Amino acid sequence: MTLTTLAGVDVELHDEGFLVDPGQWTEAIAVELARREGIDPLSKQHWQVVRFMRSEYSAKGTGPTVRVLGETSGVSIKELYQLFPKGPAKIAGIPKPRGWI
Amino acid sequence: MGDSISKVSIIISKGSLEGIYPGLIMANGARAEGMEANLFFTFFGLDAIHMKRFEHIKVATVGNPGMHIATMLGGLPGMSASATHMLEKKMEEFDIPSIPEFVEMIADTGCGTFGCKASVDLFGFTKDDFIDHVSDIITVGEFYERAAGGEIIFT
Repeated sequence: MTLTTLAGVDVELHDEGFLVDPGQWTEAIAVELARREGIDPLSKQHWQVVRFMRSEYSAKGTGPTVRVLGETSGVSIKELYQLFPKGPAKIAGIPKPRGWI
Repeated sequence: MGDSISKVSIIISKGSLEGIYPGLIMANGARAEGMEANLFFTFFGLDAIHMKRFEHIKVATVGNPGMHIATMLGGLPGMSASATHMLEKKMEEFDIPSIPEFVEMIADTGCGTFGCKASVDLFGFTKDDFIDHVSDIITVGEFYERAAGGEIIFT
């Protein structure tokens, strides 16, 4: 784990770069996390996916699976990975999905 | 960053349902975690991307001690079909996609999807026998080139 400062907030990140405490996530942190992956700026479509993931996570306590994202986020799986080559979970500040698909 | 894996190349060499799913799950999981991933289908694993065969992948009921049925029973007509049907029903409950849907979904995540040239030649196939989601038919050497810098997993 590493300690770092994102958007003025001290946060802890797992080795793969996931936020240790998803509760610390803010939109400003998302912008910083995205920039680290070379996504700058986040487009309207990026935000659509990120906000969808956040609302799923707060409602269910776990992030949506790739398949659910493709069916319900309004963005196809192909577009999803074009938008987020390294997957959207990290930028949305939610833990790795437990569902396996 | 610590000791994290950033790239995997997974070889699927078997044509049974239980031989294909694990590799697909690992490839999909890798992409979901943001890793770069490649799938390389070789030998009977080619059935998973074969247009006429990928909808008819069966569980092996003979020579598979994990089925916990007598080998003689496993060989009875319809055994493999009914075991496959049962497993597919169970998988549907867990929201696991069918092999055709899963392969296409994984290709859509940007995972490289390749057939093994030696096997394709051996079985007398051409690229047209495979689903459109297959990126290319490549040699073993080309596979190693694409796998460079990552982990290789054989299933």
